[in-house]
Amino acid sequence: MPRLTSRAEFEAWRQSILASWDPSKPCITVCGGTGCSALGAKEVTAALGRELKKQGLQDKVDLKMTGCHGFCERGPLVVVYPQHIFYQSVTADDVPDIVSETLIKGNPLERKLYKDLVTGEPIVYEPDVPFYREQHRILMKYNGLIIPTRIQDYIAIGGYQALCKALFEMSPEQVIEEIKRSGLRGRGGAGFPTGRKWEECRRADGDIKYVICNADEGDPGAYQDRSLVEGNPHSILEGIIIGAYAVGAHEGFIYIRHEYPLAVEHITRAAEQAEEYGLLGKNILGSGFDFTFKVHRGAGAFVCGESSALMRSIEGYAGEPRAKRIHATEKGLWERPTVLNNVKTWASVPHIINNGADWFAQMGTETSKGTMVFSLVGKVNNTGLVEVPMGATLRHLVYDIGGGISSGKRCKAVQTGGPSGGCIPERLLDLPVDYEALTEAGSIMGSGGLIVMDEDTCMVDVARYFLHFTMEESCGKCTACREGSRRMYEILERIVHGKGQEGDIERLQEIGTTMINGSLCALGRMAPNPVLSTIRYFREEYEAHIRDKRCPAAVCKDLITYSIIAENCTGCGVCLRNCPQGAITGEKKQVHHIDPSKCIRCGICREVCRFDAIKVE
Amino acid sequence: MFDVNKVDAIIEKHGAEQRALTAMLQDIQGEYNYLPREALEHLAQKMKLPLIQVYQVARFYRAFSLEPRGKHSITVCLGTACHVRGGVAVADQVGRLLGIKPGETTKDRRFSFDTVNCLGCCALGPVMVVDGQYYGKMAASKVERVLAKYSGEEVATNA
Repeated sequence: MPRLTSRAEFEAWRQSILASWDPSKPCITVCGGTGCSALGAKEVTAALGRELKKQGLQDKVDLKMTGCHGFCERGPLVVVYPQHIFYQSVTADDVPDIVSETLIKGNPLERKLYKDLVTGEPIVYEPDVPFYREQHRILMKYNGLIIPTRIQDYIAIGGYQALCKALFEMSPEQVIEEIKRSGLRGRGGAGFPTGRKWEECRRADGDIKYVICNADEGDPGAYQDRSLVEGNPHSILEGIIIGAYAVGAHEGFIYIRHEYPLAVEHITRAAEQAEEYGLLGKNILGSGFDFTFKVHRGAGAFVCGESSALMRSIEGYAGEPRAKRIHATEKGLWERPTVLNNVKTWASVPHIINNGADWFAQMGTETSKGTMVFSLVGKVNNTGLVEVPMGATLRHLVYDIGGGISSGKRCKAVQTGGPSGGCIPERLLDLPVDYEALTEAGSIMGSGGLIVMDEDTCMVDVARYFLHFTMEESCGKCTACREGSRRMYEILERIVHGKGQEGDIERLQEIGTTMINGSLCALGRMAPNPVLSTIRYFREEYEAHIRDKRCPAAVCKDLITYSIIAENCTGCGVCLRNCPQGAITGEKKQVHHIDPSKCIRCGICREVCRFDAIKVE
Repeated sequence: MFDVNKVDAIIEKHGAEQRALTAMLQDIQGEYNYLPREALEHLAQKMKLPLIQVYQVARFYRAFSLEPRGKHSITVCLGTACHVRGGVAVADQVGRLLGIKPGETTKDRRFSFDTVNCLGCCALGPVMVVDGQYYGKMAASKVERVLAKYSGEEVATNA
């Protein structure tokens, strides 16, 4: 097909796609997200293809491998349309029954339905599953419905209409005004108002300007940006093109982690398709607006998620941040005015242009508008990606959507915002999640990772974990971050090894404050958060480690011992055979014994024991 | 073996400019599985840059290796979700069985072992990946069986 050169041509093409898009046609979708793929989604899709052919249904039923549906815990996920029948934990062996029962006879296949966690009742339809029912999906809405590598699918769900509206009905200033009125704030962490950023860039001097999409999603436990780029890449691209038009940029980049090969592939394909149809490149749809777009793969440096480091990295240098006395909107990439926004920010733009600023602004809280996509992970029943309006409470997320704590134990804390965030204790779970409330509680929104922790999680160990992360990822350019993270880590190491001293807590707070005040970029300024927030809420755990040489959660190896509970031990010998140190002795059918001097506390005996006979304290 | 033509083709494809340096290094690593010294020297010469400037970028990013890698690549995820679910015990067990630390390669060049900060499939945690194959819900007690699939012979434990 030749490039489309006008809005009328685009409209005609769109109509032809809609004419062949029949929402009532049976369609079976398989989630192709990373979680489901790892669990065998490709095999399920291949089996479905074979079975449909075998039954002569290949023309009557569409088969799609889509992006991530979000309910990763229960993968591989399969949804049968038009009814929205929802199947979970599907294997290739289930495929013949799904085809014969559901596609041919129209009945749900009960054994693959989701069962309510409380009542045990099977739930047939996807929108009725509590995990989905309690969400408000806008950015993630189409992830389960479209083939990410097919631009026609995106057009069919209304794609690129916002771009048409912006290019042909709105001036750049009007686009900026709309974004400003919507109240959209940056979804990457700091929450800077997006419209204001665009306006600053538009007003900045210079003919050459850039727009950048930050997809360097480095926070451990956060993977929503990856799912959006993999599952609906055109929505991000459309947002970027609109933003470029608004600020007057003619060149743009997406900076994406190399650990996300599928996301790289999908956004690259999306850009090629958009170029082919005239939605990217010279004179987009005959509007006179030119815009080229490049995909830049990162090479594994967390600090490159920081805007100035990211720009340095695109320029081809080591990704070290710089002091931001001058905003990137004035001097950014190659010293030119630059707008950099996160994946979710860009993906929100087409929705705002299509539905209006008022529609967007009615969702959320006074200061935080719209929806946020969280990755709900850790010790929670329903691990996955959830999208809710800003202001939803952590309790709602963890219990109503997440289905509560997976271990059956008590929730201890929720960690938000990755290595720059903090731990929010259980008693504050009714906190509404918005930028201000989280900051006040000593954490941050960050990129939306929510890690649920239960009583078996040691908060000192978690703090040490994050400081180790920061120490390794600190680029070393400024002293406060380079030395501060190292010294804080050393103190935490000492504490978890039972060598903590009086005054360590105060020392951690003092170094933390110095890092906050003295670091060059947000990596260093935020790095003390996990430590300071756990001291604030879980000080008694630090004290137990330091004074009593005790780890209340029984995690820190040097402070715990493994022993065998005589009443439970059957003398089966499984632990003895599996112990890598030969630390376990005992006759068959006699109570076994662990030699503490040989035990390395690897935990294997507890994993393999079927009688709950291993005690750790 | 180092082949100057291959590196020239990579330079040709990207253009010998600073902005293309990471992409070129990625391609060279894709070709050799590490960055051979000769390739970096050749690249520096072609870009008319001091070698140190190429090395600075090669050393800064975690994805680049200046040493040859093992035949099988083992990655244990230590993202926060995997960490709180026991990822460290899995990583410890891999290290113990292979006798190497994260970032190292066994002497026989059979295995390279790394830890990563998040693979983005937290529902499967703790996760271990061998040559792109994901092993979810891992436990220290399952590591030996997984490694045995790749070692071609029983993995020697130090027990």
